[in-house]
Amino acid sequence: MENILKINKVEKYYGSRSSLTKAIDNISFEVNKGEFVAIMGASGSGKTTLLNCISTIDKVTSGHIFVDGEDITKLRGNNLNKFRREELGFIFQDFNLLDTLTAYENIVLALSIQNVKASEIDRRINKVAKELDIKDVLKKYPYQMSGGQKQRVASARAIITNPKLVLADEPTGALDSKSAKMLLERFDYLNKELDATILMVTHDAFTASYATRVIFIKDGKIFNELHKGADSRKEFFDKIIDVVTLLGGDLNDAL
Amino acid sequence: MLFKLSLKNIARSIKDYTIYFFTLILGVAIFYIFNAIESQTVMMKVSASTYEIIDLMNSMLSGVSVFVAFILGFLIIYANRFLMKRRNKEFGIYLTLGMSKRKISLILFFETLIVGCISLVVGLVIGTVLSQVMSLLVANMFEAKMTEFEFVFSSSACVKTLIYFSVMYILVMIFNTYNVSRCKLIDLFNANKKSEKIKMKNPWICIIIFIISTCILGYAYWCVTGGITELQTADKILIPIALGTISTFFIFWSLSGLLLKIFMSIKNIYYKGLNSFTLRQFSSKINTTVFSMTIICLMLFFTICVLSSAISIRNSMTSNLETMVPADIQLDKKMDLPTDSGYSEGIIADSKISVSETLNKLGFNIDKYFKDIIEFNLYASNDILVRDTLGDSYRQIEKQFPYLDYDAAETFIKMSDYNKLAKLYGLDKVHLNSNEYAVVADFDSWINIRNESLQRKTPITINGITLTPKYDECMNGFVYMTSSHINTGIFVVPDDILNNMPRESGILVANYKANTDEEKQKIENIIINLDNSSYAPNTDIEASTKISLYEGSIGLGAMITFIGLYLGIIFLIASAAILALKELSESTDNKERFSMLRKIGTDEQVLNKALFRQIGIFFMFPLILAIIHSIFGIKFCAYLLETFGKDELIKSIIVTAGVIVFIYGGYFLITYLCSKNIIKEK
Repeated sequence: MENILKINKVEKYYGSRSSLTKAIDNISFEVNKGEFVAIMGASGSGKTTLLNCISTIDKVTSGHIFVDGEDITKLRGNNLNKFRREELGFIFQDFNLLDTLTAYENIVLALSIQNVKASEIDRRINKVAKELDIKDVLKKYPYQMSGGQKQRVASARAIITNPKLVLADEPTGALDSKSAKMLLERFDYLNKELDATILMVTHDAFTASYATRVIFIKDGKIFNELHKGADSRKEFFDKIIDVVTLLGGDLNDAL
Repeated sequence: MLFKLSLKNIARSIKDYTIYFFTLILGVAIFYIFNAIESQTVMMKVSASTYEIIDLMNSMLSGVSVFVAFILGFLIIYANRFLMKRRNKEFGIYLTLGMSKRKISLILFFETLIVGCISLVVGLVIGTVLSQVMSLLVANMFEAKMTEFEFVFSSSACVKTLIYFSVMYILVMIFNTYNVSRCKLIDLFNANKKSEKIKMKNPWICIIIFIISTCILGYAYWCVTGGITELQTADKILIPIALGTISTFFIFWSLSGLLLKIFMSIKNIYYKGLNSFTLRQFSSKINTTVFSMTIICLMLFFTICVLSSAISIRNSMTSNLETMVPADIQLDKKMDLPTDSGYSEGIIADSKISVSETLNKLGFNIDKYFKDIIEFNLYASNDILVRDTLGDSYRQIEKQFPYLDYDAAETFIKMSDYNKLAKLYGLDKVHLNSNEYAVVADFDSWINIRNESLQRKTPITINGITLTPKYDECMNGFVYMTSSHINTGIFVVPDDILNNMPRESGILVANYKANTDEEKQKIENIIINLDNSSYAPNTDIEASTKISLYEGSIGLGAMITFIGLYLGIIFLIASAAILALKELSESTDNKERFSMLRKIGTDEQVLNKALFRQIGIFFMFPLILAIIHSIFGIKFCAYLLETFGKDELIKSIIVTAGVIVFIYGGYFLITYLCSKNIIKEK
């Protein structure tokens, strides 16, 4: 299967030589096209640092990250921005929508900074709005929307550019359970029907159970890995809980 | 401990404080420079009458300084309020840590103290350096001879600056203490979590209001230009000012909604790059800042008008004098005073004799010092009043200008006298038949009034003889030498008609028998010393001389220029600083927005361009409307002062533009650089 993301011996250190913190300690894994991968770990395990490195917001100390065969740790300056806007889609925990723009305009922004023609914009937005069930809120401002609606608008912004990889950082973190479920079902739809590759960071077992594969991280290292395979979501969820129990510590509290 | 905290706070937030510091230093420097003019003028070698004007100027400047201090005081408190708002979270942390409000006030007290001291010292140093340049300008303005360059430090101006600014800083401290004592912990923490509602205005209402306010503004413009003759009293000018202010507000209000609507409908532009973001940034803020935009626009308008008028007034005043003061001296006194007029017996006796006889009695040798002598009388009688000479047009004019004095007696001059005078003055001569009269005037609105009646061929009757106008308009001319056009109209009539009319005043016009400026000055001094003659109390004779009129005019022009510069620059600084602070205070919100844009992959150059545009639009919006206002404002000033030549005006407009580009542009640039710094990823 085609390899979209390849992480090769990535390390990320913080601090000085005397007090070194290894946020990521020699992690390697691959994500194939069409996969929906969740990365789980307690707070401080290094999962968000890993996501920041993949999204080029942060820089690795050593190792390489390949997206579609291109080594993104070698990108500099405007090439980084170009990579981000053309190859990646972002979904953040706190939505990161611009409060001065309507939902429609927020989504357009992702296209307009790629200089997509105005005539094409409308067609693409209508399509993605239908897929994410946000047609009714397109004209609203963020403050007029619920958390779930905001996150689906943010998701629309992330996938409208047809990115190779969608990165989601605790996408359900600020949502109530009903909205979270609805959002995750949309993710599932995007993944299955549109073949979107999604990499999601979460500490919530329920959220992770929607993925096709879960990677557990502890103290900057890969601790375990689960494949959904032919399991139902409920069975997969139980398996995740088992690993979480094994991991112990904070992660239990997070449930 | 608290002092240390204050120091660290300042060092940490030096970026936020840049504009504040810059404004304070500029304020201190300018305040010092204009108050130091006094000690510079003391050094100059100028004549006594120039000294009088300089004295007047200095006392006016110190009066204006009080006003300026008020503006600066408000500005500083306003700026301080912005800085405090940004630090609400910090105060919240102090309070949760258990620090008392008194201690927080103390921290702020130290901060204000430190900022105040630094700004005063730096501002005074810069002011002292710049005031040396100013002293050259002062000398040039008063046409004084600078024997050698001297470094002047004005301790009185320095002390004054210290006192005024100390008072302002103390006010800021009181204000801060009050604010801290009032604040609640929960508000401090929630300060950043504002959810401002963005209301889109109804575009049709916007269009209607825009059209209405444009019409009102157009009417206000017409009032001060086309319909200017309607504005006869000072209070009537308030109407166009009020209309202009209101319409400015509503133009900003409606335009913000309108522009957004228009741009949004042009999808190719709106959805290109960050245009939608920039426009929304602009419109989300203008909804809340329409009021301050209006104030800034009006302040800029005031600045432009004051600067361009003040700069040109001095030069045009002196250039006008060449035609308006053609002779070296003019002496005049009242004639034929009635015995019950309340004057002393000596003066009443003196009013029966001619000017030259009075001069003789004063011990002045006319033939020795004067040449080109013309002596004549003006006549007036209560039988012929202004209302009589206006004839049929009187009713209509009275309706238009109800406050003019229509019961004043008209003034007459013999044709032969006027023609002699016209020859000396270089004016057109008058040739009348025995039943004709003419009017000479140079006061524009009076010329219009008199032309009304001249066109109707209004006859006048003197001693039973009826005269008709020779021309259907006033002739340009005057009798008294003054520095402005104030001749409301003098009637020139055939000589013999005035034989039985009482004399109003006797006038003697002459040139000095002198070739050089020094010799002229000597004669001038002799005339000034006539005041000490033993006969002096017995006469009310007055002299207007070319030298004194020039000096007065130069001094007056210089005075207006300096006060105009002072006020103009302070207003400019105030308006630019308010804009800059407003823009910077938004920068925390902007920081999050820009970092989001960066995360979704916007290039750094595109971000900077968007920021530049955003700030640029904010600075340009009030300026553009202010410039449009000023086109009419300057026209109005030109009419009011009646002294502008076109060349002078263009020159002064260029200088004004230079000042605005330098100060306003400087503020814009600093704001842009500071904002860029704030949104930069750490």
